[in-house]
Amino acid sequence: MNKPQPLLAIRGLTKQFGAVEVLKGVDLDLDQGDVVSIIGSSGSGKTTLLRCVNLLEEYQGGDIVLDGETIGYRSVNGRRHRLGDRALSRQRAMTGMVFQSFNLFPHLSAAGNVMLGLRKVLKLPKAEARAIAETWLARVGLAARADHYPSQLSGGQQQRVAIARALAMNPKLVLLDEVTSALDPELVQEVLNTVKGIAEDGATLLIVTHEMRFARDVSSRVVFMEQGRIHEEGPAAEIFGNPKSARLAEFLRNTRH
Amino acid sequence: MEYSLHFGAVWASFDRLLSGLAIGLALAVVAVAIGTVLGLLAAFAAVSPYRPLRSLAGLYVALIRNLPLLVLVLLAYFALPQIGIALDKYQSFAGALALYSGAYLTEVFRAGLLSVPKGVIEAARSIGLTRLQTNVSVVAPIMLRNALPSLGNTFIGMFKDSSIAAAIAVPELTFEARKINVDTFRVIETWTVASGLYIAACVVIAALLRGLERRFPKF
Ligand SMILES: Nc1ncnc2c1ncn2[C@@H]1O[C@H](COP(=O)(O)OP(=O)(O)OP(=O)(O)O)[C@@H](O)[C@H]1O
Ligand SMILES: [Mg+2]
Repeated sequence: MNKPQPLLAIRGLTKQFGAVEVLKGVDLDLDQGDVVSIIGSSGSGKTTLLRCVNLLEEYQGGDIVLDGETIGYRSVNGRRHRLGDRALSRQRAMTGMVFQSFNLFPHLSAAGNVMLGLRKVLKLPKAEARAIAETWLARVGLAARADHYPSQLSGGQQQRVAIARALAMNPKLVLLDEVTSALDPELVQEVLNTVKGIAEDGATLLIVTHEMRFARDVSSRVVFMEQGRIHEEGPAAEIFGNPKSARLAEFLRNTRH
Repeated sequence: MEYSLHFGAVWASFDRLLSGLAIGLALAVVAVAIGTVLGLLAAFAAVSPYRPLRSLAGLYVALIRNLPLLVLVLLAYFALPQIGIALDKYQSFAGALALYSGAYLTEVFRAGLLSVPKGVIEAARSIGLTRLQTNVSVVAPIMLRNALPSLGNTFIGMFKDSSIAAAIAVPELTFEARKINVDTFRVIETWTVASGLYIAACVVIAALLRGLERRFPKF
């Protein structure tokens, strides 16, 4: 039986910061509608992996194929060339990214944050962009906050605006990097519920998280990264219930309490 | 020594002082407007990844900031015509002050650019804005808001420096005051009134700028 081509295919990805090899050959496939969580200890390369997929980092080896298109680089006579700003920007628009530190545009209202990409990248007319922004803000429970500025919103609300901003662009894939790590404990759940909601709506998500219960809850698959490699991967129940490698078992023991 | 104050002669020419004040303000507005554009371009050049652009910005700032404004003004007014660029006194002064304020604003904006959080820039890039779109729609507005107080101070400084235009007979406030002084011999009165006008104008400008700062949301 022929498996349809994956939505995202990461092949042999290697990345160095100077002399330090941070990703040492990562292979990962995501199909349409997959929700994959990446867990792993600090410094194992989780953030770097997401940033490579969003083309915020250059990488030295391997390919990232998104919906059949190799992104970030083109090969000419066997030599890799980083694409130009325009091409990179177009490809970045195909993936959404939600950051640990929200990174909202401080000079724009919640609606303005969501509208900017719709206006400048998708070139939608203002009224249409506003309507889409309102729909998405309502979807993340912030209909009444559309005209608030980020400084007038709680951390949880800011992060939900950031989620709306990423999803309003209708990306093929959404990357979420520890989206609750910067939040006060009482605000974590509202954001996790929002992510869960968009997962149930069928979005394809690649999630880096330290919230193990959440990962277990939403993920179709869980990936354990260790020292720049994927050390173990499988269904959430397997990874958490029946870890095969000693390293993963140890990691889970250390993070449970 | 006796000196009795008689403001009458100065009040008689008060309208000339006022028109001088207006000319000084107009020169400062034009110069800072052009200087803002120059400063923005040079500041973006100064932080750009391209070395030639960085060098060019550095050269501009180094050259202009190490020249006294008066020398720059005399260069523009007397030296430029020698190489075939003839500007009238208003144009040459506004041009010199624009170059001058631009060099100071380059430093103001460069500091402002460095104050824009890297994560916010990456957020703009991640939704697909090009580098130019990011600079125009995200970096510049944040930086300008952060730079607003310094921009205001620079404007006030440039307005006061418009008095240097007296050296090339631009009829601004200092020039008019000097003429009234010569015509009336009311030394204390003339310069007191002129000083009062400078101070009043600066206080009003500062209040307006604070109002402007309050109108923009704080980050
Ligand atoms: N800009 C950078 N320059 C140099 N080294 C970097 C840079 N960014 C990350 N690294 C290094 O790369 C390695 C992987 O970092 P990364 O942020 O991807 O880890 P992580 O798995 O996300 O960790 P955490 O759970 O703490 O967020 C670390 O050793 C880190 O020090
Ligand atoms: Mg990380």
